[in-house]
Amino acid sequence: MTIILTSTQVTKRFGGLVAVNSFDFNVPEHSIVSIIGPNGAGKTTFFNCITGFYGFDEGTISFNSHLLNGRTPDQVAHLGITRTYQNIRLFANMTAIENILVGMEPQLKHGWIGAVLGLKSTREEEEHALEESLRLLDFVGMTGQGDLLAKNLPYGAQRRLEIARALAGKPKLLLLDEPTAGMNPQESNVMMGFIRRLRDELQITILLIEHDMRVVMGISERVTVIDFGSKIAEGTPEEIQRNPRVIEAYLGRGAATGLAADN
Amino acid sequence: MERTMKTETRLDWRDVINLGLLAAIIALSLSVIGVVGTFGKRDIIGGVITMGHVFLFGAAAGGAYLAAQRSKSNRAGPTLLSGLVVGLLASLPLIVLILVAEPLDLRRFMHNVSPELLATLTFGQGQGVGIVIVTAISAVLGMVGAGITLIPARILRPLLWGLVAVFLVGLLSETIILAWGNQGLGLMIRGFMFAARGLSILGAATVFLIVAGLNSWWGSKGGLIRERVNALPPRQQKNVRWGGIALGILFMLFLPMFLRTYLSEVVDNIGIYVLMGLGLNIVVGFAGLLDLGYVAFFAIGAYTMAVLTSQGDFGIAGLSFWVALPIAVAAAVLAGIILGVPVLRMRGDYLAIVTLGFGEIIRILALSDALAPIIGGAQGILKIPNIFIAGTEFVKPEQMYYVILGGCLLAFFVSWRLRDARLGRQWMALREDEDVAEAMGINLVKTKLLAFASGAAFSGMSGAIFAVKLNSIFPHSFNLMVSINVLCLIIVGGMGSLPGVVVGALVLVGLPELLREFAEYRMLMYGALLIVMMLARPGGFWPSAVRKRELDVNPNGSLPPGEENLIEPVLQEG
Repeated sequence: MTIILTSTQVTKRFGGLVAVNSFDFNVPEHSIVSIIGPNGAGKTTFFNCITGFYGFDEGTISFNSHLLNGRTPDQVAHLGITRTYQNIRLFANMTAIENILVGMEPQLKHGWIGAVLGLKSTREEEEHALEESLRLLDFVGMTGQGDLLAKNLPYGAQRRLEIARALAGKPKLLLLDEPTAGMNPQESNVMMGFIRRLRDELQITILLIEHDMRVVMGISERVTVIDFGSKIAEGTPEEIQRNPRVIEAYLGRGAATGLAADN
Repeated sequence: MERTMKTETRLDWRDVINLGLLAAIIALSLSVIGVVGTFGKRDIIGGVITMGHVFLFGAAAGGAYLAAQRSKSNRAGPTLLSGLVVGLLASLPLIVLILVAEPLDLRRFMHNVSPELLATLTFGQGQGVGIVIVTAISAVLGMVGAGITLIPARILRPLLWGLVAVFLVGLLSETIILAWGNQGLGLMIRGFMFAARGLSILGAATVFLIVAGLNSWWGSKGGLIRERVNALPPRQQKNVRWGGIALGILFMLFLPMFLRTYLSEVVDNIGIYVLMGLGLNIVVGFAGLLDLGYVAFFAIGAYTMAVLTSQGDFGIAGLSFWVALPIAVAAAVLAGIILGVPVLRMRGDYLAIVTLGFGEIIRILALSDALAPIIGGAQGILKIPNIFIAGTEFVKPEQMYYVILGGCLLAFFVSWRLRDARLGRQWMALREDEDVAEAMGINLVKTKLLAFASGAAFSGMSGAIFAVKLNSIFPHSFNLMVSINVLCLIIVGGMGSLPGVVVGALVLVGLPELLREFAEYRMLMYGALLIVMMLARPGGFWPSAVRKRELDVNPNGSLPPGEENLIEPVLQEG
C-alpha cells in the first residue's frame, strides 16, 4: 500500500501552547482515515498545518513526494489537497454553481487577457468548467439548485455543496472536518454512504475529523487518536475501541480502569 | 378572538406620533438651514410648486407613508387618520416659525430665516392665511402619503412613475430647455411645455399622462413581451440584446449634437467620474478591498500625462496624447501594485486607513516644495496641449466627449468581461471569504494585485484625460473629496453593478452640476442620500445581479399569499 501523506515529527506552537506535538502520521492511498480526540486536542490545527493555513514550527509533511513545508494554501490546493470546514464556510453570496466553479480553480488555466479578448480557448475552458460543475452538482444530489445563493440553501445541502466545491479541484486527498456535525442519525448514514462513494467511485483518499463515534467506527479503515496535541493511539476501529488510553482520554482514568477490568 | 382582532387593526399611535415629530424636525431644520429658501427659487411647475415646497412637505408625506406602511392596516379610516396626524404634527413647527420669526427677530441668530423663506412658507399670503394654507397642505399631503398604501400596486405604480417624471422634468427644466433648441417645432413645443421657469401646468399634465400611460402599458404588456423575447431561440435573443446595445451606442454617439457646449461639459465631467467609478468598482465592488485613497491613481495619471506632454516649463518630452496615454496608465498601474504589495495582508478598516494615507501622501507630494522643480508644486503644470485625432484638434467639450466616451466604453467592456470570467469569480470569492478562497487554490497575491492594478489603470486613464481636458492641472484637484465622491457614487449606484456606476455618477456628479443650489448643500445631500439609500434600497439604484438576488429573497418578512388569506376572513368577521 502506497502512502499518500506523511507527517513526521510535526510540532505547532501558539506562544507557549503546544497545539500539535511531534506528530507522526501516515495516510495510505485510497483509504478512509479518521483523526479523533477530545475538543481542543489539535485536530483542526493539524488540518490547518497540512493545508498551509498555518506554518508549523518543526517537522515535515510530505504529500505524494512533495514537501508541504512553507507552501501557501493555494499551492497545496494545486497539489491536490482540498478541504471542508467544521462550521460550513461557503461563499454565502455566490450561487451554488459559482461556489463549485471557484473550487475548480486548480483545473483552470486561462488568464484575464483571454477573458477580456474572449478567446476561443478561454470560452471553451469556461464552458467545460460549467459542465463539470453541473455534473458535480448532480453527483452531490443537488440537481437544479445551481442558481440558488449558497446562504439560502438548507443545512444539509450546504454541507454537500461544500464537499462538491472541494471535489471540484479534483483532489487526490480530501480533508473533511466533521462532515456529519449537526446531522441526525439518518442523515449521518447518508453522509457515510456518500463518503464511501467518494473513495470507491472517484478514487479519492479521505482524511476526516469526526466526533460521532458511530460514524468514525462505521467508515474508517484506520483511526488515529490525538490528545493535547500528541498521538496517543493508532489502529483499526476495533483496536481503538479497546485501547485503555483512548478510553482514559475520553472518559477519565476511573472509567478506563473499570472498563479494562471488565475486559 | 375579540382581543386578537383589536391588536391586529389598531394603529400603533406611538409610531405615528414619532414619525410625525420626525417629519416636523426635518421640515423645520430644512427651513432654518436655508434649503427651503434656496430651492424656493427653482420652480418645478412654474408659479405653482417649487423644489423648496417639495423639501418642505416631502417629510410630511413620507412620514405618513411610513406610518401607514408599518401599521399594515387595510382600513381606510385609521390609515387616513394616521396620515392626518403626521401631516398636522409636521406643520406645527412651521406655524410656530411663521408666528415667532418676526416678533423674536430670529434672523439675528438664524441667518436663513429670511423674509423670502417666510414668503415661501406662507405662499405670500400673509400670516393668517399662510398658516391655514400650510396646515391644510401638510394635512392633505399626510393623508395622501398614508392613502397610497391603500391603492393597489397596479394603479399606484404608474401614478408614482408619472409624479417622479414630472418632478424630474420640472427640476431639470432649465437644462432641458437648453438642450431643446430655439427653432421651429422645438420652440412651439417648448412654449407649450414650459413656463418661464419650470414646467407649465399643461406640460406637467402631458409628462404625467405620457409616463403614467407608458408605465401602465408596460405593466400589462411588459411581461408578455419579455416572455416572447425569452421564448426566442438563443441566437435571436442574442441579436435582440446586441440590437439594444447598438441602439444605446448610436444614441451616445449623437448625444453631443443635442447637448451643445455647456451640457457636453457636464456630461464630460460625469464621464470622468464614470471612468474612475468603474475602476473603483473593481477594487471595492468586485474584490471587496475598501480603498479610500483612490484619487492617488487619478493624480498619478494626470501628472504623468502633464509632464510628458506639457509645452510649458515642466514638460520633459513634449509627447502627443496618444503616446503619453499608455505611459500614464502604466504609471498608475505601477503605483497600484506598489500600494498593493504592502497591504496584501490587510483587511477592512486597516486597508481603508492605509489607502487613505496613500492618497494624502500623493496629494502632499504633488503640493510639496521638494518636488516643485519637477511638477510645479502649488502652481501646477500648465500648457498641456489638446488631443489631435486625424489632424483635428479636440478643443470643445463636444469633442472631448468622444475621447471620454471611448475610455468609458473600454472600461465598461473590460469590467464586464472580467466580472463574468474566472478573475471575476476569484474577486468575488476573495470578497466573501479570503481564507477559503485561498484554500480553494486562488493565489491571493496575484488576485489582489490584479484588482488594484486594473482599478488604478482606469483611474489613471481618467486622470490623463482630465489633464488634457483642462489643459492644466493643480494639486488641489486631487483632494480626498474625489475619493469620497467616487466611493459614494458606487454605493448609491449599487456595489459591484456596472450600470450602477453610471447611475451613481449621474446622480452625484450630474445633478450638482445642473442644480447649482445643490453645491452649497452638497455634503448634506450626500449624507441624507446615503442614509436613505441604506435604509430603503441597500443595493443601490441599480443593484448588481448578485445583490438583487441576495436582497430579494425575504422581502420584509411578509407572509406568503396562502397565510394572508387565512387572516383576512377573521378580521372581516369581527
